[in-house]
Amino acid sequence: MASAATYTPIATYTVPSATATYTFTSIPQTYTDLVVIENGANTATGPNDNYLTFNGDSGTNYSRTLLYGNGTSALSGRGTSESFLYLAGYWTTSNATSVINIMNYSNTTTYKNVLAKDTNAGANAEFAVGLWRSTAAITSVLIGALAGSFAAGTTFTLYGIAAA
Amino acid sequence: MATSTYNLIASTTVGSGGASSITFLSIPGTYTDLVLKISVRESTTNSSVAYISFNGVTTNRSEIKLQGNGSSASSSTSTDIQFIDNASTDTANSFSNAELYIPNYTSSNYKSICSDSVAENNSSTAFMRLTASLWSSTAAITQIAITANSNLAQYSTAYLYGIKNS
Repeated sequence: MASAATYTPIATYTVPSATATYTFTSIPQTYTDLVVIENGANTATGPNDNYLTFNGDSGTNYSRTLLYGNGTSALSGRGTSESFLYLAGYWTTSNATSVINIMNYSNTTTYKNVLAKDTNAGANAEFAVGLWRSTAAITSVLIGALAGSFAAGTTFTLYGIAAA
Repeated sequence: MATSTYNLIASTTVGSGGASSITFLSIPGTYTDLVLKISVRESTTNSSVAYISFNGVTTNRSEIKLQGNGSSASSSTSTDIQFIDNASTDTANSFSNAELYIPNYTSSNYKSICSDSVAENNSSTAFMRLTASLWSSTAAITQIAITANSNLAQYSTAYLYGIKNS
């Protein structure tokens, strides 16, 4: 039988005043997967996309596929060769939650996949998958609001999961 | 390596005869987030959904649902907090599953809940759903109740976990 898995807090941040980005830096390479929990709101009515970038890379190395519902219709969309990963939120001034899984983030052989569940009862429910076309280990994760800013009190928490 | 902070708070397994609800009382306020993992089946009514309420209150709930049934996808809203469930008319011994992520459950902000639920039963229609729920209350969550339109069947289970961010 495998040893018990771990689910360990790496870092957490509470937005003190409206800000458009926050970055987790110096992420340890001792876990298997990462989980990012975002909970909060945007300062603008929006809806406003959230996004991620890794290791400061703003090249056109990101792609994503979305399945989402807005309370009326179910829709799907995708984007390729983008400079951000637009998959981690569709936020308004209503409180929202995003749960983001980043698999095998420390490997230096394969591109990195991201799975996200973005839920905002004031706007949408969204499943998303993203790809960062880089073999570099992820050492930093930037969370950004494409429009508006993250409201004060918004929290970002980074967890590491490992088979101990 | 830091210590894991994903801990079981409480669990319940429904006994013989079923139960009208599963309720977690006196949830400690010492965690940052809650995770609720559910496996349920209804005793009779085939309503396809069960419900979550907090602190004994069934008001101020809203949600957007994204659902697939094996042939199409749809989205709708409701004024409660639901998840997919199986019932007596579904394949015997098949239970639905749901996971709810409840961040910052002690904060004075409204509570935004991310959940997904599935009900597979080897019949013509099954369901999977992602739900964005909001409980518009500034109160800390101290109780969680799981109910359905009929009794929860024997062997239904619920596990409540607490996660600390430090």
